[in-house]
Amino acid sequence: MTLTFIVFLPLLGALVSLFLPKENHDIHRKWALIVSLVALAVVLGMWGPFDAGNPGIQFEQRANWIPSIGVSYHVGVDGISYPMLIITGLVSVLAILASWNIDHRQKEFFAWMLVLQTAMYGVFVALDYILFFLFWELLLVPMYFIIGIWGGPKREYAAIKFFIYTLVGSAIMLVGILATYLKAGLGTFDIVTIAQQANFDPRFQFWAFLAFFIGFAVKVPMWPFHTWLPDAHVEAPTGGSMLLAGILLKTGTYGFFRIAFPTFPEGADAFKWLMALLSVISIIYGALAAMAQRDLKKMVAYSSVSHMGFVTLGLAAAAGAVAQAKGVGDATVIGQLLANGSMALNGAMYVMISHGLISPLLFFLVGSVLYDRAHTRMMDEMGGYFSKIPVAGTILAFAAFANLGLPGLSGFVGEFFTFVGSFPAFRTLVIIAALGLAVTAGYHLWMMQRVLMGEGKKEESFPDINGRELAVSVPLMVLIVLLGVYPALALSILDPAVSQLMLKLGGM
Amino acid sequence: MAELAWLIPILPLASFVFISLAGQTVKGDGDRVGVAAVGASLILSILVFVDVLDGARVSADFAWAFFGGTQLRLGYQVDPLTATMLVVVTLISFLVHVYSLGYMHGDVRYKRYYAILSLFTASMLGLVLADNLLFLFAFWELIGLCSFLLIGHWYEKRDVGFAALKAFLTTRVGDIGMLVGIMLVFFHARSFQFDAIAEVIASGQWVGPALAAAAVLLFAGAVGKSAQFPLHVWLPDAMAGPTSVSALIHAATLVAAGVYLVARSYAVFSAAPEALATVAWVGGITALFAASIALVMEDIKKVLAYSTVSQLGFMMVGLGVGGFTAGVFHLVTHAVFKALLFLASGSVIHGVDTQNMHEMGGLRKKMPVTFWTWAIGSAALAGIYPLAGFWSKDEILLSVYEGQHTALFWILVIAATLTAFYITRATLLTFFGEPRDRRRYEHAHESPATMTVPLVILAALAVVLGFANSPYSGYWFARFVYFDHPHVPEAAGFVLFWATASWVVGVGLAVLVYGFGLISRRAVIDNLRPVWVLLKNKYYFDELYYLVFVRGTVALARIVGWFDRVVVDGVVNLAGYGTAKLSRATGEFDRDVIDGAVNGIAALFKAGGAVLRRLQTGYVQSYVLALFLTVVVGLLVFAIG
Amino acid sequence: MTLSLPVVLGVGAIMFGLGVYGALTQTNAIRVLMCIELVLNSVNINLVAFSRFTADQALGQIFAVFVMTVAAAEAAVGLAIILMIARRKTQIDIDQINLLKW
Repeated sequence: MTLTFIVFLPLLGALVSLFLPKENHDIHRKWALIVSLVALAVVLGMWGPFDAGNPGIQFEQRANWIPSIGVSYHVGVDGISYPMLIITGLVSVLAILASWNIDHRQKEFFAWMLVLQTAMYGVFVALDYILFFLFWELLLVPMYFIIGIWGGPKREYAAIKFFIYTLVGSAIMLVGILATYLKAGLGTFDIVTIAQQANFDPRFQFWAFLAFFIGFAVKVPMWPFHTWLPDAHVEAPTGGSMLLAGILLKTGTYGFFRIAFPTFPEGADAFKWLMALLSVISIIYGALAAMAQRDLKKMVAYSSVSHMGFVTLGLAAAAGAVAQAKGVGDATVIGQLLANGSMALNGAMYVMISHGLISPLLFFLVGSVLYDRAHTRMMDEMGGYFSKIPVAGTILAFAAFANLGLPGLSGFVGEFFTFVGSFPAFRTLVIIAALGLAVTAGYHLWMMQRVLMGEGKKEESFPDINGRELAVSVPLMVLIVLLGVYPALALSILDPAVSQLMLKLGGM
Repeated sequence: MAELAWLIPILPLASFVFISLAGQTVKGDGDRVGVAAVGASLILSILVFVDVLDGARVSADFAWAFFGGTQLRLGYQVDPLTATMLVVVTLISFLVHVYSLGYMHGDVRYKRYYAILSLFTASMLGLVLADNLLFLFAFWELIGLCSFLLIGHWYEKRDVGFAALKAFLTTRVGDIGMLVGIMLVFFHARSFQFDAIAEVIASGQWVGPALAAAAVLLFAGAVGKSAQFPLHVWLPDAMAGPTSVSALIHAATLVAAGVYLVARSYAVFSAAPEALATVAWVGGITALFAASIALVMEDIKKVLAYSTVSQLGFMMVGLGVGGFTAGVFHLVTHAVFKALLFLASGSVIHGVDTQNMHEMGGLRKKMPVTFWTWAIGSAALAGIYPLAGFWSKDEILLSVYEGQHTALFWILVIAATLTAFYITRATLLTFFGEPRDRRRYEHAHESPATMTVPLVILAALAVVLGFANSPYSGYWFARFVYFDHPHVPEAAGFVLFWATASWVVGVGLAVLVYGFGLISRRAVIDNLRPVWVLLKNKYYFDELYYLVFVRGTVALARIVGWFDRVVVDGVVNLAGYGTAKLSRATGEFDRDVIDGAVNGIAALFKAGGAVLRRLQTGYVQSYVLALFLTVVVGLLVFAIG
Repeated sequence: MTLSLPVVLGVGAIMFGLGVYGALTQTNAIRVLMCIELVLNSVNINLVAFSRFTADQALGQIFAVFVMTVAAAEAAVGLAIILMIARRKTQIDIDQINLLKW
């Protein structure tokens, strides 16, 4: 029941908000904030009862939905989805706070934000293919309107591009879902049951994995399916881009963790090289493309492409580790190889979490804090912000260093584990990807040099960061530091589920 | 006391947190908090050092992360090498903290300066305490961050921003090699902890090229951090930061980290002769190369910067030829006398407000304390008996000699000669002769006590420290800090002769040129103009790197950006455009053909209606007529039918 | 001469013929209306005649009364329409009025 409550509370809140007076702008944002806070509180309240040592599904709830074809309302969380729920709750609250000063059609905006929350929570708890697909598609609608109505100058182009792009991906995924259902022959759409019981032949796994791969890769986004992202991020209002970067991208990689890998291990094996290659291309290419940008927000958007490459690299490495372990007889060596894979997978999850904190912070700073003051996103037109707005400038520097993987901050931990865990499986590729770190450092520092250092325009003067903006930034910063200093904190929840997935991939 | 070693970095860290969050609430923006924290760390370090001297060894770890069944246990350790580094780092850092009270007084970002200085110290202390490569790498990056922030302290100036960026990026290039090296080490040793790695290597499970590759890759990190050839370019530019920062970076912290890394992971290096040879040769080349550039620099800080690069090369050679103790000992002594030289130069700059030596001259009367301490420091650097530099440099030469690396030996002798020459040149240009800029000379004054007291302390240390590893103390240091087993090289007259000859020649030539003017500087330059131009331009490395790497990367980035916008997005837009076109064509077919058929039938009726409606004239009488006629016709039909 | 059925029917036929002729040829709406009254009344004569000469009951007379009632109502409505047209168009020449066209 808890999960159902969390999922549908925002939707209920959105319905209630329809009855609130349209003229009173204040009441809508407050209502949305309250509803999101309650949802977040319930998510955090699950921390106590959540059994970290249990790798299986918890808080499970199941009800028949369309019994004739085996569709059920089945929700539950495990160590992979629970952290995502926390991030979702947190970033949702902060995104609403960040959108506090939306200046037109407030009622609709906050209603859509609440609907979006339902969809995000739903994707992370759904354990039925149809339910998952439903929430997956539901993500698009509010985001489409949020970008299309409250976005920047090219918002309509961006919204349509985003919508169609992801819709094409999910259409292919739907084919995969139906094929999986029919081929499994279990008469159920249950994700867990199919992953555990179905016996797919490798040929089918290849095609099914491909279908899901395309669906998820668009969302991640992996090169070359990424071009919707810069446009959508740049045009979206700040709250939208925070959720887009922080949560929506993760639904793609989450899909790999939840569906594609556990259900089609042999498919993953067949695609591991392609996936690793595309990941490394994403890492390098995203970093280089980010360096080329003059628009600060676009730079951050491309850096998302680069960082999500780490997640998919870790996933590919898990499959790679399994492949390495196949031909080995020595049990110790197998254990070591699987431990590598487990490290890579944990690293990938860690990057998801960490990027789910860092990218909203960056988008908030760039799209809201700086933009509200300077009214530009062009780096060439900025400068000297360290002096002009010292606190905001320092937070931006903090976020940039977190994003470039400075140790002590969460970005480093995930990237490091992903690298170390992936290295045995894809040595050359990992070394090439490591070169991308120099480029990553390069564009972040160059950005800081252009935006924060120097003298800037003489006549400019801005007020420094205000209380609301601090309230958005500080929780993210605290978590970034915490997760960067002591990773066992998150790993205690992640690792049991991830390691079980690793064993499942290894056929044990 | 050694169990409390973990407190040593925590104190400055706490000071960092305090100063950055609440510094403005206390007097002096929290500078005294920083000084006190580092002072406490210094005392603690000395106590720990004494404990370790008595044979105490501490290590503790905890599960930092875990994956499946494996735990990553990481922690800290205190052994003689760490204990020594702790004292050196806290001592230099403490003195720099005190010195900065005077030097940075009234700076625009005084609070920020002290906050970052504390963080810097904390990171460096964490680095030397780490018992594993992961923590070491983490703190390694953190000191990189701090150096970025400190070098960019006066970031309003464009050059300063670039210098900070260059420092971070150049070291980052080396760090990537180091990261790959760490991955290789973990891949083979299944651990990040130095002890465990050493065990795996000792057990002989890991041999061959992979080991050498790992060592060389780790060394790449050291090359970046310690500014060794070919990643040395950032260090001279890093002089853009405050001089007190330069002292800290160049003496005890940032650049020392590279040497420390090689020393700390010596187990990996010593098992791979190829890697050791790489270290030695890179060090040797750097020592000579940097010393030659230092000959012609006009900026007093740049002379010291290249001198640092060169001296770090000496240390690398020491480590590379197997002289573990010699390399580490030179690190310690160099930390002291180079910190002294930098702080003294800061005092000079503070006094005359220029860094160009050609605008100084004759300052010894104006700044006596600075002059005497500088003189001691430069004598130590030149390697004059019995100062610290003499003993440590002698040790390195001895190690090279023992290892029979003939070529390296002569390289070092030449480098040592050049060292003596350039530092004497700097001394003469700064403190002797006639003042070349009257206005600045008049303005010059001795620095306040907060600045001179650290100088005096360091000068005293520069005099006595060398004896720690000399026959007079029975080579005490070599029996304390060693790798595997203590090794005291046998004194060799040959080495002693050349070591002495090098400084005599170097100092003598410099005095002839700059002191008495017996050899014309102009004539030398004119005769060796191509060499002079080459040196002046630092062998054109900056230009080369700028052209190849900076321009190259930016160009590549532009190409990728263009590619993304035009090609990838172009394909997407083309697909969208194509789909739109297709749908339009479909629409036309639908409208014209399919809908046309439906509409055609409707049109038929419409046309029929158009004809028939003509009958409806609207004149009532015609309707009535029609009605009447119909009735008549109907009746007729009825009647006939 | 006795008033026989053919005589009365003959009168009715003449009246009907006059009425139809008038309704088709007159352009004044009032006249058309009056001619329509003629037609109706010729029918009334026929009804009454048939009733008088062929049946015992007064069925035809009752029909005649109905027709008269309807004719009165019709005349009233017709005149009202004509009045409206007259007001709008200032004339009631039905050649000029083709509002029922198409």
